[in-house]
Amino acid sequence: MTTPHEPAGAPSPVPAAPPEPQAQVHSRRAFLFKLSVALNGAVGAVLAVPMLGYILGPALKRDEKYKSWVPLGTVSDFPEGETRLVDFVNPVRTNSDGMTAKVACWVRRIQGDQFQVFAINCAHLGCPVRWFAQSRLFMCPCHGGAYYEDGSRASGPPERGLFEYQYSIVNGKLMIHAGQMPTLSNEACNQKKPLIQIEPQQQDTATDGRAEG
Amino acid sequence: MIPLKDSAAGLYDWLERRLGLGKPAIEAAEHPIPRSSASWMYVFGSAATVLLVLQVVTGILLALTYTPSADEAWGSLQLLNHDITLGWLIRAIHGWGSDFMVAIVLIHMVQVFMFGAYKYPRELTWILGVFLLLMTLGMAFTGQVLRFDQDAYWGLGIGASITSRVPFIGGPMVHALLGGPIIGAQTLSRFFALHVFVIPGLLLAFAGLHILMVLRLGVNEWPMPGRIVSKATYDREYHELTEKDGVPFLPDAAWKDAVFAAAILLSVLACALILGPIGPGGQPDPTIIQTAPKPDFAFLWIYAVLAYLPADLETPFLFIAPVVAIVAMLALPLIAGEGEKHWSRRPIAVLMVAVIGVALGTFTHLGTYVPWSPVMEAWSGEVTPAAYLKDRTPLERQGAIVLQNKQCRNCHALGGVGGQRGPALDAIAVRMTEDQMIRQVLQGGGNMPAYGKALSPAETRALVAFLKTLRGPDNGAPATDASRSLTQITPTEKPATAPAPAEAH
Repeated sequence: MTTPHEPAGAPSPVPAAPPEPQAQVHSRRAFLFKLSVALNGAVGAVLAVPMLGYILGPALKRDEKYKSWVPLGTVSDFPEGETRLVDFVNPVRTNSDGMTAKVACWVRRIQGDQFQVFAINCAHLGCPVRWFAQSRLFMCPCHGGAYYEDGSRASGPPERGLFEYQYSIVNGKLMIHAGQMPTLSNEACNQKKPLIQIEPQQQDTATDGRAEG
Repeated sequence: MIPLKDSAAGLYDWLERRLGLGKPAIEAAEHPIPRSSASWMYVFGSAATVLLVLQVVTGILLALTYTPSADEAWGSLQLLNHDITLGWLIRAIHGWGSDFMVAIVLIHMVQVFMFGAYKYPRELTWILGVFLLLMTLGMAFTGQVLRFDQDAYWGLGIGASITSRVPFIGGPMVHALLGGPIIGAQTLSRFFALHVFVIPGLLLAFAGLHILMVLRLGVNEWPMPGRIVSKATYDREYHELTEKDGVPFLPDAAWKDAVFAAAILLSVLACALILGPIGPGGQPDPTIIQTAPKPDFAFLWIYAVLAYLPADLETPFLFIAPVVAIVAMLALPLIAGEGEKHWSRRPIAVLMVAVIGVALGTFTHLGTYVPWSPVMEAWSGEVTPAAYLKDRTPLERQGAIVLQNKQCRNCHALGGVGGQRGPALDAIAVRMTEDQMIRQVLQGGGNMPAYGKALSPAETRALVAFLKTLRGPDNGAPATDASRSLTQITPTEKPATAPAPAEAH
């Protein structure tokens, strides 16, 4: 590429060459060197495309590509008025995911075909919330977020209620639209719920501090 | 027969003729340093380097067994802990070595800051040091992920949830971080690559440059009050310190570094032998939700800050504060590159170290016992103090059962046992009237959920009847409604100026 026969013909054997040809040769070689640097830069940029594409591949895929309908069981498995923990296997998985391919969620059957399916992940920072049937609350072990049985925010640091999966009932089976870890970036825009969902009943009395009861 | 000594010298000459590393190495080792710098205060940087080497060696040993695959990682750690000969000890050394390294790097940084060693001409040494601190913390976090247990799994969930709050590109960033839509095999292998290839490579390169600059620019002299650093005169002054009054680094100072490094290595070994390997905790099964995830020691303060930040400040704080902190650390030597080095002439520097130290220490301490978290088993597992049930009516005792059954204990302590999310209830009747209690229980407020839908009127009545008996160890006077006493005022009485704990009505 850098014309190997050129240097042979160059006036290198002339020991005391006048300054002009010397500078001329020098400038040509400097130009060739610059050209080779530019060439390598271009090759590097071309190589970087597949490398970055490989690393960022998961980010370039649209959310909807990850999601599909997952069956959670027949409707009669869920007693009315109760909230139950259900596991499913994520529709997008690899062979080496092992147990991490499993996902847990809370299924609340309000009545008849009316359901709410909550993500296990707290809307604050994603820790697994637990359901307490007696006080009808979800509580988070990490930073103390609490939610009412309909998933709305009760107290603590979360800014909004629990994430909800879309559900549908097909031939008596409860199906949810799942496939990715629910976070504020995907659920907040998919759900058409306002990001900040403070309960109106709290607004008259509540202040933000952890004032004693 | 050539004597052994001669043949060794011959071998050295042979190598030196070809490699040429011996002479510069000896020169570097014997380079003159200020007499005052041969001090026990100057041993932390070399100790951090020795710990880095220990981490590299033990890390390679762990890689012989560890399987960076989501379905096998946890099992391979169990194998290391229980089956592979001395695997538990190598894991323990690597784990405790990591804690020691974070601690020593922080101490080194505080020492350099207090001694003004970041000033001219060592600005770039400090800047590289800031990156070395960040990479050390990066190694600690990614290492915690490789200990692929419940804490690692949910810790990744916290990381993903924080990332998801980045405006506009949060969603794609989460997927890039996790290597897919969920925490799984791709996530673990991404963090494996970071922990084993990317960060260590950068860390070794930066540490090499950092040490090279220490040799090139010389070890910082012991600061003296009034000895001002000026770009115009510093080089000459330092040259005088080292040339006229200096001592060779080896052996005058090096023996202290060596002794301290040995002490640190022995401490790591002692911790490893006595306390054993760190984890792994429960297996990373996302359907086992009976867990209270917690980060490692170095990140407990962040965990605490995230519990205490007001909700609407959280996202801005998460993304602005780290940038400000890192930029401030990087800019420090460029802004304050001259002037006083001695701590007695830099009160703001001393104050900053004190405030940051106390803040980090306080938050870390809070992170060890998480007073903001509900105690998930307190309602079913803790005993109601017997004194609170003695001589009580059936209604009041029924209220004690309601209090347990409705999980109040998860957030409220009785007799010092239970959650600390809300206030302890031992003396609640001294602080709140019956009406206030009913309102608080049914409507919630402050940080308390409303229990209106979860309590029947009968349960509420019983609960409040029980709460009214809780008047503290000295059986304090029950709270009264000041407005009521005003309406019941008799002509002979003067209006009370304060809602004094009057006798019960």
